[in-house]
Amino acid sequence: MFGKKLRRLKQAAILPGLFLLLTGCAPIKSGVLNPQGPVAKKQLDLILWTSGLMLLIFVVVGILFVYMLVKYRAKPENEGYEPPEVHENKWLEMIWTAIPIVIVALIAVPTVTMTFDLEKSPSPHKKPLVIEVTSADWKWIFKYPEQGIETVNYVKIPADVPIRFELNAVGAMNSFWVPELGGQEYTMPGMSMKLWLEADKPGTYVGRSANFSGRGFTHMQFDVIAQKEADFNAWVEQVKKTAPKQTEAQWKKLLQPGLVGEQTYSSYPKLKEDPNMNHDMKDMDHGTSEANSMNHDMSGMNHGMDGSETMTHME
Amino acid sequence: MSSLFSFKMPEHGFFVTGEPMIYMADVLIVLVTLGIIFVLTYFKKWRWLWDEWLTTVDHKRIGIMYIISALLMLFRGGVDALLMRTQLAWPGLNFLNAQHYDEIFTTHGTIMILFMAMPFIVGLMNVAVPLQIGARDVAFPELNAVSFWLFFAGAMLFNISFVIGGSPDAGWTSYTPLAGNELDPGPGENYYLLGLQIAGIGTLMTGINFLVTIIKMRAPGMTLMKMPLFTWSTLITSVIIIFAFPVLTVALALLTIDRLFGAHFFTVTAGGMPMMWANLFWIWGHPEVYIVILPAFGIFSEVISTFARKRLFGYRAMVYSMVAISALSFIVWLHHFFTMGQGPWINSFFGVSTMLIAIPTGVKVFNWLLTLHKGRIEFTQPMLWALAFIPSFLIGGVTGVMLAAVPADYQYHNSYFLISHFHYVLIGGTVFGCFAGLTYWWPKMFGHKLDERLGKWAFWVFNIGFHLCFIPMYLVGLQGMTRRIYTYPAETGWGPINMVETIGAFIMGIGFLIFCYCVYYSARFGERDVTGDAWDGRTLEWSLSSPAPHYNFAHIPKVEALDAWWHMKKEKGKKKEKPEPYKPIHMPNNTGMPIVMSAFMFVAGFGFVFEWYLLAIGGLIGVLLCMLWRSFNDYDSHHYVSVEEIKKHEMAS
Repeated sequence: MFGKKLRRLKQAAILPGLFLLLTGCAPIKSGVLNPQGPVAKKQLDLILWTSGLMLLIFVVVGILFVYMLVKYRAKPENEGYEPPEVHENKWLEMIWTAIPIVIVALIAVPTVTMTFDLEKSPSPHKKPLVIEVTSADWKWIFKYPEQGIETVNYVKIPADVPIRFELNAVGAMNSFWVPELGGQEYTMPGMSMKLWLEADKPGTYVGRSANFSGRGFTHMQFDVIAQKEADFNAWVEQVKKTAPKQTEAQWKKLLQPGLVGEQTYSSYPKLKEDPNMNHDMKDMDHGTSEANSMNHDMSGMNHGMDGSETMTHME
Repeated sequence: MSSLFSFKMPEHGFFVTGEPMIYMADVLIVLVTLGIIFVLTYFKKWRWLWDEWLTTVDHKRIGIMYIISALLMLFRGGVDALLMRTQLAWPGLNFLNAQHYDEIFTTHGTIMILFMAMPFIVGLMNVAVPLQIGARDVAFPELNAVSFWLFFAGAMLFNISFVIGGSPDAGWTSYTPLAGNELDPGPGENYYLLGLQIAGIGTLMTGINFLVTIIKMRAPGMTLMKMPLFTWSTLITSVIIIFAFPVLTVALALLTIDRLFGAHFFTVTAGGMPMMWANLFWIWGHPEVYIVILPAFGIFSEVISTFARKRLFGYRAMVYSMVAISALSFIVWLHHFFTMGQGPWINSFFGVSTMLIAIPTGVKVFNWLLTLHKGRIEFTQPMLWALAFIPSFLIGGVTGVMLAAVPADYQYHNSYFLISHFHYVLIGGTVFGCFAGLTYWWPKMFGHKLDERLGKWAFWVFNIGFHLCFIPMYLVGLQGMTRRIYTYPAETGWGPINMVETIGAFIMGIGFLIFCYCVYYSARFGERDVTGDAWDGRTLEWSLSSPAPHYNFAHIPKVEALDAWWHMKKEKGKKKEKPEPYKPIHMPNNTGMPIVMSAFMFVAGFGFVFEWYLLAIGGLIGVLLCMLWRSFNDYDSHHYVSVEEIKKHEMAS
C-alpha cells in the first residue's frame, strides 16, 4: 500500500519536471521553440509567459494536492477518526475565485494586444513583399504579383523584409504554417486571407499544411528559403530569364489533385481567380484524359509515398 | 442522386477488400457472431436475453447495456489508436497507407467521443441518477430504451463501415468542403452523417428524459440544493444536450442533403459556405465537450467526498461553477478555429471567453482539494481514478488556457500540442471519470466489488502509459508535428519522441486488458456486497440492496439533508418510526418496440448511406409504424408489483 502511494508521489513530482523540460529547455530546439523572425519571437514570448503562469499554478496546486494526500491519508493511527463536517468558508472561496481572475487578466491583456498587433506588418517602416499563396490538393503555389513569377512547393523570400502572404485555396482547406517564422492561417476556397511573416536572417525554414485536406496532405511540405535581399533580387531576375512561362493548361492541371515536385515559372496566366473550382473537381471525378495523364506524371515524383497508393480520385 | 429504385454499388464494391487486416477483421466478426449465437442457443439463453435485457425498460439495466457498449467501443477506438501509434512509431513506416490512416483517425475520434464517452456517461447517469433522487425509474422509461437502442443502431451503423463500403476519412470534425461530395464521394462520409444522426436523436431524448426526471421525480424533501452533485451535473448536462444537439442534427441533415441530393449548403458553388459547417459543428461540438466532462466532475465530487469521508466542500460553489461552465460552453466555440481569419475583435472575444472557463474550473479544483483537507482518505480503486484526475486535468486545463491565448494558438493549432491538450482533458477528465464511476457503482450494479489488487494494477498501468504517451506530444507539437499526418521524414527528428508515445499507448492498452481481466476475476471471486452500502456511502443509492430491486425503493425515502443516506445513518436510533406497510408499486412493462424501431432506423440509415432509397423509405415506414403501434397500445404498458413480491425482495436483502 505504501509503495503505491510513494509511486503516486513520484509521479506527481516528475510531471512538473517534464513540463519544465517541454516549455523551455528542450534538448532539440526546432519549430516553435526556434523562432527566426519577429512574429515567431513575439508568439514564443507569449507562449513562455503563459507557460510560466500556468507552471506556477501547477506547482501550487500540486503541492497542495500532495500535502493533502500525505497528511490526511487513512492510517492505522487515525482509525476511527471522524472528519469534521465543514462545508463552506466564504473567505477562502473568495480568494480562490480571485486568483484565477487575476491570472486570466494577466494572460488576456497581452493576448488581446498581440492579436491586434499581428494584423499589422511586423516591420511597418519597411516596404513589404506580397506573395499570393494558393493551396491546391496537394501542393503549394506561390505567385509574386510584383515580380510576375511563380513557384510551386517552395518559396523564396528576402530576409529582413516583411512578407504579406495572401492565402487562397482550390479544393479542400489547408493551413499555411511555417513554425520558425510564425503562426499559421487557413487557406480557404472563396475566402482570401492574409498572414504577415518575416525572417530575420537567411536560412531555410520548413513549412507545412496544418489542416487535413485528404490523402496527399502529409506531403504538403514546402521550404521557405530566405536570402539576402540582393540575392533574392538576383534570383528573381534569373527566374524571369531562364524559367518557362506557365500556360493556362499547365495552371489548370496544377490545380487538380495529385503531388508534384518543386516548379518554377517566369510568368503565370493572368486569369481571374476562378472561385468556381468545383468545375475542375467535377471533371476530375469523371476521369478526364487530362487527369489520367497527370496520374503518370505523378508516379515519377513519389515523394516517399508508398507505391500501393494511387493519388487521384479516379479509382 | 440515384433513382428511387436503383441499388447501385459503390465504386469500390460492397465489401472492403485488399487489406489483410480487414480480412482478419471479417473473419473475427463472423467467428464472434457464430460464437455468440452458439452460446445463446446451447445454454438456451435467447428467451432470457430478450425478456430480461433487450426489451427492458429498467434504467439500471439500460445503464448496464450502455456501459457494455461503451467498453466495446473503447476497445474498438483503442485498437484504432494503437494502429495509428504503430504507424507513427518511427519515421517512414509503411504499416498503414495514407487512406487507411485517414479512415482510422476519423473512426477513432468519432467513436471515442460519440460512441464511447457519451454512452459511458449516459450509462452511469442511468445507473445512478434515479437511485440518487429516490425515484423508481426515469420519467419516460420506454423512451429511455428508445434512446439506448437508437444510440446502439447508430453506433453499429458507423462501425460496420470498415468492412462494408469503407470508413469515413475526413476526420471526426468532417470539415467541408473536404467532406463534400466533390472531394469525398462514396458511402464513407454518409456513414458518419447517418450514424451520428441516429445516435444523436437518441441522445437528445436522453437529455429530455433526465431533465424531466430530475425536475419532477425527486423524493419528497430533496430540494434542488439537497441533490447529490452527480445528479446536479446530470441536470446541467441535460440542459446542454437539449440546446446543443439540435444544432448537430441540423448540421448533419444539411450536409446529408448536400451529399445525397446535390444541395449547396456547404459548397463554394451556388452561394454555399464551407465555413458554416465549422461554425455549426463547433456550436454543438464545444458544449459536447462539457456534456462529457460535467458528469465526470459530478462523479469525482461523489467519490472524493465518499472516500475522504467528508461532506463536499463548497457545495453551492460547485453547483454555481457548473452552471457557469455550461453557460460559457456556448460562447467559446470559435476558439476551435482562431486561424480561419475572423479578425482581431472576434478572436479576442472568444479568446477571453475561453480563458474565463478557467475561473469556475479553478474554483472546483480548490473545492476538491479542501474536501480532502482534514478528511480520512482511503485509496480505493474509484478514489485512485478520482485523485489521478486532479493533476491530469490540471495539465489539460492549463494548456487549454495557453491555447486560448490567440496569437500563441496560431502556433499550437492542429499540432500535437493540441492533440495532447484534448487527450489530457478527455482521458484525464472523462475516461478517468468513467472508470471512477464504474468502479464506484460496480457493487450497486452487480452485487460484488471489483478486485482491489487487480483494479489498482489496471489503474497504475493505464496511468503510467497515459502520461508516457501524451506528455511528449506537447514537445513534438511545438517542434512542428501536425496532427493527421500518417508519416514523417527522419530529418524532422521526431522519431524517438514518437516511439516513446507509442510505448505509452501500448501500456495503456495493457492497462485496459488488466481491467477486463479484473472484471472477469471479480465476477467469480470478488467480495460480495451483502450490505448494499459497499463504501459506507452518503447518497440514497447506498440505502438499497445490491443490486437494487427492479422497483428501486419499496418506500420512497424522505429526504431531510444533503447526503441524505449519511444523514439517515447518523440519525438512526434517535427516532424510532414504525415501518410503513408496503403498497403495490406501479411499474412500466417491458417492450420490444424500442429495439424493433431502432432496427428499422438502422435499415433506413443503411439505405441512405448507400443511396438505396427504396430501402431507406422502407426503413422509415417501419419506424413510423412502430410509433403508430405505440400510440394505440398505451393501455398495457404498465403493471403493479404486488405486496408479496415486494416483501419477498425486501426480506431477501
